[in-house]
Amino acid sequence: MRPYVLQGHTRPLNQVLFNAEGDLLVTCGKDSNINLWWTDNGVRAGSFDGHNGVVWTCDITYDSKMLLSAAGDSSARLWSMETGEELFRYRFNEPARACKFSVGERQAAISTDPFMNSVSAIRVFNIAEDPRDMLQTGPDEVITLTGPRGRITRLHWVDNNRHLLSSSEDGMVRRWDVETGKVLQEAQLHDKQISDMQMSVDGTHFITASPDRTSKLVDTQSFEVLKEYKSAAPINSAAISPIFDHVLIGGGQDAAAVTTTAAKAGYFEARFFHKVFCEEFANARGHFSPINSVAFSPDGTSFVTGAEEGNVRLHHFDADYFTTNWDRV
Amino acid sequence: MGGPTAMLRPEEEKMFEGQPRGFPFGDFDLEDVMLPEGEDMGIPSDTDEDNQEEEISSESGFGNVLVVDNLPQVGPEKYEKLTAILTKILSGSGRIREGGLFHPVDEASKMSKGYAFVEYENVEQARAAQAALNGYQLDKAHKFAACLYDEFERLAKVPDAYEEPGERVFTPGENLLDWLTDKRGRDQFVLRYGDESEVCWNDAAKQQEESVYKRSFWTEAFVEWSPRGSMLATVHRQGVALWGGKSFERLQRVGHPNVQSLLFSPCEKYMLTFSEFPAGPQGRPHFLAIVWEIRTGKRLRTFDGPHEEYAVGAMARPDRGMRWPAFRWSGGGDAPVLLAHMKANAISVYQAPEMTMLDKRSIKMENVQDWEWSPAAPDATLAAYQAEQGNLPARVVIMKLPSREELRQKNLFSVAGITMTWHPQGDYLAVQVDKWTKTKKSTTTNFELFSLREKDCPIDMLELANKSEKIQQFAWEPRGSRFALLHGDGSRPTVSIYNMKDNKSILSIYNMKDNKSSARGVTLLHTMTNKQCTSLHCLNRLHMPTLQGGHNGVVEFWDCEEMTLLSAGEHFMAQEVAWDPTGRYVATIVNAAAAMENGFQIWSFSGQPLYKTAHDRFFQLNWRPRPPSLLSEEKQKEIVKSLRKYSKRYEEEDEALLAQADTEFLAEREKQLSEWRNWLAAKKAAVEEREAFAREQLGNRVSAHEEFVIQQVEVSVVLDVKEEPAQKL
Repeated sequence: MRPYVLQGHTRPLNQVLFNAEGDLLVTCGKDSNINLWWTDNGVRAGSFDGHNGVVWTCDITYDSKMLLSAAGDSSARLWSMETGEELFRYRFNEPARACKFSVGERQAAISTDPFMNSVSAIRVFNIAEDPRDMLQTGPDEVITLTGPRGRITRLHWVDNNRHLLSSSEDGMVRRWDVETGKVLQEAQLHDKQISDMQMSVDGTHFITASPDRTSKLVDTQSFEVLKEYKSAAPINSAAISPIFDHVLIGGGQDAAAVTTTAAKAGYFEARFFHKVFCEEFANARGHFSPINSVAFSPDGTSFVTGAEEGNVRLHHFDADYFTTNWDRV
Repeated sequence: MGGPTAMLRPEEEKMFEGQPRGFPFGDFDLEDVMLPEGEDMGIPSDTDEDNQEEEISSESGFGNVLVVDNLPQVGPEKYEKLTAILTKILSGSGRIREGGLFHPVDEASKMSKGYAFVEYENVEQARAAQAALNGYQLDKAHKFAACLYDEFERLAKVPDAYEEPGERVFTPGENLLDWLTDKRGRDQFVLRYGDESEVCWNDAAKQQEESVYKRSFWTEAFVEWSPRGSMLATVHRQGVALWGGKSFERLQRVGHPNVQSLLFSPCEKYMLTFSEFPAGPQGRPHFLAIVWEIRTGKRLRTFDGPHEEYAVGAMARPDRGMRWPAFRWSGGGDAPVLLAHMKANAISVYQAPEMTMLDKRSIKMENVQDWEWSPAAPDATLAAYQAEQGNLPARVVIMKLPSREELRQKNLFSVAGITMTWHPQGDYLAVQVDKWTKTKKSTTTNFELFSLREKDCPIDMLELANKSEKIQQFAWEPRGSRFALLHGDGSRPTVSIYNMKDNKSILSIYNMKDNKSSARGVTLLHTMTNKQCTSLHCLNRLHMPTLQGGHNGVVEFWDCEEMTLLSAGEHFMAQEVAWDPTGRYVATIVNAAAAMENGFQIWSFSGQPLYKTAHDRFFQLNWRPRPPSLLSEEKQKEIVKSLRKYSKRYEEEDEALLAQADTEFLAEREKQLSEWRNWLAAKKAAVEEREAFAREQLGNRVSAHEEFVIQQVEVSVVLDVKEEPAQKL
C-alpha cells in the first residue's frame, strides 16, 4: 500500500514512536516540535508545543494518557496526551537526550549530556500520581547515575525495574543498578556510537544500530551478540517486528556527505532483514536523505520511518506480507 | 567531557577510519602496546624461521671497521711505540678516521691484548685494507689476521671441526598446476581487501565465491599472479615471495629491499624486481632492477644507476622518473627469453639466463622514442618508433631478434606522437599516428596497420571520417582480426566527470579481413554513436566488447557477430572490468579509490549478473591466468564440433550440483531457525516473570487494554428540520 507521507516537521526527525495500542504515532525532531498522528489515516491529531530546542526522544505511558519528552533545551517535559498541555517540566543544566518510563510508570529515567563541567548522567525520578502536584513539591529525584563518559543515547528499564540498560556514544551498552547506581555489566558492541537501541516485545533481546554500518541483535541478559546485520552505509535506527522474525533497519550515507552522492548511492531505503538468517529480503524506498528513526506498530501491521529531510512515512503492510512464509523465501 | 573519539569532527572521523579504536591515541602507555616476548598476535612472521640460517646483509653501521688480530702483546713501556707503528702500517691502505684506532690494553696485566679495531673512512677502504693486511708479516712471530667487523661474527661461529653435510632428502613439492585439475573447471581469483588477501574459486553455478586460502598481512603492497598462473607473488619490504601449490606454500623468496614493482618473464622462469629512489639528499633519482632465476632464486644480473640513461623518450615521466615497465620481457614459448630496455639512440637486449647483451652490442636506433615487444610466441619481434630528426623522417620499424632482421619499416612525416598496440597474438600491429597540421597548432590522427602474418608484412592505412577526433581507446579482439576504437572529443575526459556525460563519442568496429572477397583491407563493420562510454573490454573468442559508462557504472554487453546489444546492467560506481582467463565470466570492481560501495560483481559473458560481494577497503581482484592449452589445434576444433555432446554431460553435473547446494542451503537455514527457537524457548521463564511483573505494575491499565473492543457505531444526528407541505395530488 502506498505510504502516508506525514509532513509535520521542518527539520530532521529524531524519533518516531507508536503508543501501546498502535492507534497513535508520536514524532519529534530537530525543529523542537512534537507531533501526534492518527495511524489509520495519517491525519495529524495535534502537537505538543513548548520546547525550544531539539527534541531527542519521547516515551508514552501504557494507557496513552501521558507523554514524556527529552530535549536539547535542557528540559524534559510531561504532557497530557489528551489535551496537549504541559503538565510538568524537569529543568537541567545540560541537554536531555534519552527518556523512558519505568514499567508501571511510577518512575522515569532521563539522560543528560556532558556539558560544560558536568558529565553525562542518568537521572531517575519518581512521578507523582498527578504530575501537577509536583509543581508545588518539585521533582522527586531518586538517584543520579554517572561514571562513564559519552552521551547516553537510549535507555531501557529491565529486570523488573531494578536495572537500567543504557546505550552510549562510545559504542557500549551498560546495565546499571538503579538502587546502588553501580554499573553491573557492560559490553563494547560497536566501534562507533550506538544511535538506537530497541527492545523486543518479550524483552529477551534488543537490537542496536550504529554508524559503524552494523546493527546487532543482543541477548538482554548476557549482552551476547546473537546476530549481526550489515549495511553498506551508516545505520541510525533498527526495530524488531513484534509478530515475525523480521528486523527493520534505517540509515544512509552521512547527512554531511549527502549532497555529494546520488540519491541512489545513499542507501536511504528502509531495509528488512530476516532476524535469523540476517539476509535482506525487502526494502522500502521513498526518503531522499538518511532515515533517523524506524518503528514497528505494536501489532506488527505497519511501520513508520522518519528521515533527515523532515518527512515521516507511515506504511501499512499489504495482505501478502502476512500470508508469505518468510522462513522459506 | 566525552571520550577522545567523541570530540572528533566528522572529517577527522573519516581520516581515522580503519585505524584502531581510540585513534589518535591520547593517553597510552608504551608498555601496553608492546607485544610480550614471544607473542606474535597470531600473525606468522616469514623471517622467524630463517633467521638462523642466513643473516641478510647486516647493516650494523660498522662496515668500515676492520679487526686486526695476532699483534704482539706488549707492556706499557712499548705500547706507545707499537701503536705508532700500527698506525703507520694500517694507514697504508686507507685513511683511518680521527681516533679510529682502538688498541685495547688488559686492565690486570697492563699488557696490550694483541688485537686492534681500526675504523676507516669508508667501506671500500676497509675492504682494501683487509685484503692488504691479512697475512701481513710484522715479524717472525706475528702474522696479521685481518677481517671486517661485519664478518667477524660469522667467522667466529665457524665450527673448528669439519662436519660432513648430511645428504639432503628430496621432498617433492606440491603440484603447481593443481588448480587446473578442478573437476568443474572453475577459475580462481585473488582478492585483497583490508589486511586480508584471499584466493577464491569463482563458483558461478552456486553464485558465490568459495574461499581457497586466506591470510592476513600476506603482502605489504600488492599481489600478482605469474603469467601462467602457477605462482602468486607477494611484495614485502625485504623483497618478493612466491607462493603456489594447493596449500599456497612458499616456493621462493628473493631479497630486494623496498621493491616496488615486479615483472615475470612470460615463461615464468625469470623475474625482474624493480625499485626506484627519488632525487633527494642522496643525489639524483636512481633505480635498482634485479633479474632473478625463479627456480633457484639466483640473482642473474643487476641494473642500477641514475635514471637519465634509461628514462628516455616515452620512458621518461614528467617528473624525470622512469616509466614502468622500462624493462620488458619478450613473448614466451621456446624462443630464447630476452629482456630489453631502451636508452638514448639504442635498445639493449639481454638473453637469459646468462643475461649477457645480445651480440655484445645494443641495437642502434637513432632517436628512438618508444618500443614494444610482440606478445606472440615463439619469435621475439619488436616494434620501435624513431622520431623525426633534422632531415630524417620519423620511422616505425619491426625487427626480428636475435637475427636483427628488419621485417618492415615505414617512414612518416610531421609526426606529433605515436602509440603502438600489438595484437595479443602478434598477428597485427596497430600504430596510431598523430600528425601535426600545417599550422602546427593541432593534430590529426590516422592508423597504420601492419599485418605480420602476411607475406612482406603489408601495411594498411586507416583514416577516420573526422581526422581531428581524439582517440580514447584502442582494443584488439584477443583472438581474431577485429578491433574496436573509442574516439570522440570530450575535453579532458579523465578529469571532469560531467564532461563525460555530454561527451559524444563514437564506437567503431573494423574488420581486418573482408569476409566476402577474402582480400585484405580494413572495413567498417559497425558504428555506435553517442555512447556514454569510458572504456572497452574485449572478450576472448566470443567477440564481445563491453562498454562501461560514466560514473554510474553501466556495463553493456555487445555481440559483435550480430552487432546487437545482448544485455546491459549496472554496477554502481564500477571502475574496473576484468575478464576471467576463459572468457566465461567478467568481474566489475569498485576499489578503495571510491569511498563506498567497495567490492566486486561477477557477470556471465552474456551479461547476467551472478553475484556481488562487498568488502570494505577493497584493493584488488586478479583472475588467475591459465597456461596455454596443451591440446593441438585440430583437437580443439574437434571439441568445438562435438560441443553438444559434452555440454549435455556438464549440464547434468551442474544440475545435480545445484540441487545439492539447495539442500545444503535449506538444511543450514533450518539449523539456524531451530537454534533460534531453542534460544527463545530457554528464555521462557524470564519472559513469564517479566509479563507477571508488568501485569502487577500496570494493574487495571492492562486489563483495560485487553478489554479493548472495536465497535462500529452508527450515530445519527439531526442537523436541520424543515417543514414543507406535501403537494396535493
